[in-house]
Amino acid sequence: MKKTLITLVLVLAPVLATASGGSNEALDAVHIDLSDKSSLQRGARTFVNYCLSCHSAAYMRYERMAADLDINEQLLRDNLMFAASKPGELMTVTMSEEGAKKWFGVVPPDLSLTARSRGPDWIYTYLRSFYRDESSATGWNNLLFPNVAMPHVLYRWQGSREAHFEDHDGAHQFAGFEEGAPGELSPGEYDAAVRDLTNFMVYLAEPAKMVRYKIGFWVMVFMGIFTLLAYALKREYWRDVH
Amino acid sequence: MAKLMDWIDDRFPATKVWQEHMAQYYAPKNFNFWYYFGSLALLVLVMQIATGIVLTMHYKPDVSLAFASVEYTMRDVPAGWFMRYLHSVGASMFFITVYLHMFRAMLYGSYKGPRELIWLLGMVIYIALMAEAFFGYLLPWGNMSYWGAQVIISLFGAIPWIGEGLAEWIRGDFVVSDATLNRFFAFHVILLPLLLAMLVYLHIVALHKVGSNNPDGIEIKKQKDAEGRPLDGIPFHPYYTVKDLFGVSVFMALFLAIVFFAPELDGWFLEKDNFQPADILQTPPEIVPLWYLTPYYSILRAVTFEWLPGGAKLWGVMAMGLAIVLFFFLPWLDRSRVRSIRYRGWMYKTMLMLFAVNFVMLGYLGTKNPGHVDLIWFKNLVWAQIGLVFYFAFFLLMPIYTKLDRTKPEPDRVTG
Repeated sequence: MKKTLITLVLVLAPVLATASGGSNEALDAVHIDLSDKSSLQRGARTFVNYCLSCHSAAYMRYERMAADLDINEQLLRDNLMFAASKPGELMTVTMSEEGAKKWFGVVPPDLSLTARSRGPDWIYTYLRSFYRDESSATGWNNLLFPNVAMPHVLYRWQGSREAHFEDHDGAHQFAGFEEGAPGELSPGEYDAAVRDLTNFMVYLAEPAKMVRYKIGFWVMVFMGIFTLLAYALKREYWRDVH
Repeated sequence: MAKLMDWIDDRFPATKVWQEHMAQYYAPKNFNFWYYFGSLALLVLVMQIATGIVLTMHYKPDVSLAFASVEYTMRDVPAGWFMRYLHSVGASMFFITVYLHMFRAMLYGSYKGPRELIWLLGMVIYIALMAEAFFGYLLPWGNMSYWGAQVIISLFGAIPWIGEGLAEWIRGDFVVSDATLNRFFAFHVILLPLLLAMLVYLHIVALHKVGSNNPDGIEIKKQKDAEGRPLDGIPFHPYYTVKDLFGVSVFMALFLAIVFFAPELDGWFLEKDNFQPADILQTPPEIVPLWYLTPYYSILRAVTFEWLPGGAKLWGVMAMGLAIVLFFFLPWLDRSRVRSIRYRGWMYKTMLMLFAVNFVMLGYLGTKNPGHVDLIWFKNLVWAQIGLVFYFAFFLLMPIYTKLDRTKPEPDRVTG
């Protein structure tokens, strides 16, 4: 009975659930363009170098990624395959679950489908919302995902900054960043790099998206012609019905 | 060729069946837009079975493999993504066609005598379809699959005395688990498709016994020519086969546009939370079923009165069950002398239109947080409660307003 009661509470009062879900944050819009192969390639490089050391993308194969992104096998082997020996392998992670729990407290989630479950805008905003926070275990915190276990992996690029908070009407509100040590990239370059990474993760979440629109266009052309013919046929047959 | 046909006809009534059900089956000549959806629903059923067979070849009904096997289909199986989207979009398209098909029956009084059995069989199909969709939704083993099933099955727990045991019996476990996934897979790929195919067959047999109704709601069999053919009837083949072919091509263009350009349809056909594997420890921000079940979900959630004997949940579940069951009684609740809305008075016209708007509103509210304000003036919960009251009033007051309603005289022959 307890279990059903708990479930019922969840059904009848999703108010409680949304309060912790945090789906109402304003997100920065990101421009996604899967036809921009060089953006996808740059995104793949960032992903493999920075994300794949802790996160897996276990539904994706290196070989498929290389084929879709016009990367030849030598380039793939030399630059993108650090944790695998064969191109046909899945993009798994070498870190053990026990190790991950020890270091981060949680197992970093698989990123194959994050662009579909969270949305590209979320990823884009999240990766640009880190700030220095000495009180957290990693020394970093995130405005979009407060107290996230993940440190700012791209801090060398973005540099460090601190967030200021002010208390208004009893609410702890964000009141701007204070830039600290500059990173290797300018703010504009950093945004572009994160955009490339997000673009890649959208591809990663659904490789079929690369061909879906192209095939769909011709399917629509065919259906248009077929519909016209079907209509003409119907009219011809129905000529004698009054 | 003729000899071969003779040989077959001596052993199997092939030509006879063709003549009786296609070439010499007379259908009213005045079918309009609303009459496409029966054949379209049949088309979707066939497509769901065909794509379902392909998906079954790659799917693994095992909690540790299910989610990955769907992603394998999406990525590594040639055209697997196409089959999967056809199937997932197909589920929603099935309900769209069925809802419009049902609304057609309500517009033109198709459920009224002598077509009560067609309606009842159709309603059983509708319930079987809801079960089919519910069982199928667990299979990808996404987080919404898991929590949706958890919530819906726990509703059975509200039934006094036997409820808890019944919910446990359905799950095969104390929570939704591998045992549940395995049996839902069996129901989804064998039991319900078989049942649906048989029910659809019976639905059509019953239809062909009495003949189709039409937008004027009059019997075309009353006016026959010298050879006994209805004056307002035309052979189903070739007239309606070519007309339905046109309907099919328009429908498929729409269907395929969704499959290729927006298979998630912004969360309406595939929910965001279902791209995350089932997680017992992480509840999705809001647990909502897919749109085709949300009108009833709204009714369930609208009953929040804890002072009711047995608690709000029990009454919510009963209201939800009754909301579906009431459809079965339509042929007997409707006391009008005429069938078609064309010859009914303002009362039924108003009630039916409000019912349609109300049904859509309840469906919309079922996807929203009851505590928020997504419409005007009131919280979603209040609107859902108003919707609930109207929903039941539509059915329970029907004997009164259909009887009182001032009807117009029906014509002898169909009008365009």
